[in-house]
Amino acid sequence: MPMICNGVRIDDSFAEAFPMQGTAIIITAPNAKWALQAAVTMTGFATSVIGCGAEAGIDRELPGEKTPDGRPGVRVLIFSMSGETLQAQLVNRVGQCVLTSPGSACFADLAGEERLQIGDNIRYFGDGWQVSKKFGDRHFWRVPVMDGEFLCEATTGLTKDAVGGGNLLIMGATWASTMRATEAAVEAMNGVEGAVLPFPGGAVRSGSKVGAKYKTMMASTNDAYCPTLRGAVKTSLDDDIGCVLEIVIDGLTERAVADAMRAGIAAIVKLGPQDGAVRIGAGNYGGKLGPFHFHLKDLLP
Amino acid sequence: MKPFVFALKRQPDQRLDLAPLVPHLIAGKSAAEIAAIQLQTTREKLTAGDIFEIEHGDAQSIRFEGGSERFDNVGHGLKSGSIVVNGNAGKAIARFMSGGSVTVTGSVGPFAGSALSGGILEIEGDAGDFLGAPINGEMEGMSGGFIFVRGSAGERAGDRLRRGTIVIEGGAGDYPGSRMIAGTLIVLGSSGALPGYLMRRGTIVLARPPAIAPTFVDCGVHQLTFARVFARLLEPQSAGAAELLLRPLRRLAGDTAALGKGEVFFPA
Repeated sequence: MPMICNGVRIDDSFAEAFPMQGTAIIITAPNAKWALQAAVTMTGFATSVIGCGAEAGIDRELPGEKTPDGRPGVRVLIFSMSGETLQAQLVNRVGQCVLTSPGSACFADLAGEERLQIGDNIRYFGDGWQVSKKFGDRHFWRVPVMDGEFLCEATTGLTKDAVGGGNLLIMGATWASTMRATEAAVEAMNGVEGAVLPFPGGAVRSGSKVGAKYKTMMASTNDAYCPTLRGAVKTSLDDDIGCVLEIVIDGLTERAVADAMRAGIAAIVKLGPQDGAVRIGAGNYGGKLGPFHFHLKDLLP
Repeated sequence: MKPFVFALKRQPDQRLDLAPLVPHLIAGKSAAEIAAIQLQTTREKLTAGDIFEIEHGDAQSIRFEGGSERFDNVGHGLKSGSIVVNGNAGKAIARFMSGGSVTVTGSVGPFAGSALSGGILEIEGDAGDFLGAPINGEMEGMSGGFIFVRGSAGERAGDRLRRGTIVIEGGAGDYPGSRMIAGTLIVLGSSGALPGYLMRRGTIVLARPPAIAPTFVDCGVHQLTFARVFARLLEPQSAGAAELLLRPLRRLAGDTAALGKGEVFFPA
């Protein structure tokens, strides 16, 4: 039996999530516009590790007082399934998207014994003109570029306690009402520190199941949640549901993912079923694949 | 816990080698054992007990109440803990220090912070020649940590500096940053002749530079992000250094008579 909160049905289900490795960096620029531009570019094409190598997103924007160089900044989180992939993705993305962005600088923003290279790798772009600067325990590289210098911290911390794949399935009568609920949830979840929503605008409309009728496909459309197949397959949808959107959450800690899911559920419930979603569910694989289970009943407002 | 206090009884009549009076060498010793430590540098024997009233306390926190320009090698090889000298000190204070802090309320002699590799040395008065420099054929001077001189420093401050940061809030004598290998030297007062003489790499920032040698080449005026970062990191310990680093600075690359990958900055 579903629980009902403010008229919104909540499945007795859970989101099944997986261990990931992650890191956090701060990108700064002479103004907030260009800091955000570098961060948006770096976290582009980073929705799912299946096709993108990494999952990444913007954690929050930072005022100058909270950044190492006093300029406006953006905190970016990036996740991968292995440390090696994460290292390669981090260097590629900082090298192609942050180094190239006018006025940018890049700083570590995660403590940790294990380190990932940033500047230690990108410094070679300086072709011998790069300058190493140490201050106490911190190590920076200055790389001459056409608008001055790219300042980049040598390394950043790596966490192996990151969690990927927390999720909510938001079900509503129409696309418009489901999107209203989704946008309200995304906004609330963006306020949670240490978690990002890697998909476009935080939302996914093409949720997948494992496997397919085609041998080459590892994953394929989640037919049980496709409203156009409601009568043709073993559906999970009720008669009043015409649209399903999903929000996927990656966090530096299990706690951050739970907090984000809790904030999202609260926002959807607050909106109510008239203008928003009629039902909230969560995606899982029966609980056997991922070690982290986020039960919706534990996350109610 | 109260600090371990060495209160000066009378000015010593010879130079003293205070290298044995550091936390890791006095820890676990009794008052009598410490009083018997020999500190003389001539044939005339002089023990710690002859010179100081010794007040037993936490060996990690040593205070010298009363100093002397004859106090040599204070804080030699300090690894952790703190040493405060309420007065002056002699040559080579905090030489080979790798951690902790040494604070002197007065002035110190030459080779202060020589080959220092970690921790913080703060001199509230003046420092002698060869601040942070190597001695007798050593290849490297200071290689990490911080030196703050609130007064002025003598000649060749930061000679063969390899890593770490030196801030001199007063003036510096001739050849500041001579033969620098890397690291950062900041001088807020006036500087003597030929800053960065034969420097290979590293950064020298001078608030009031003399004429720079012709072996340095002009690279224009910039406000660089690393200077902003250093300004923020240095601000708690030296507001003056932070202020200087935030100004538009002219960059001269050199010394092209050596490797030429160093730089001298001064306000544009």
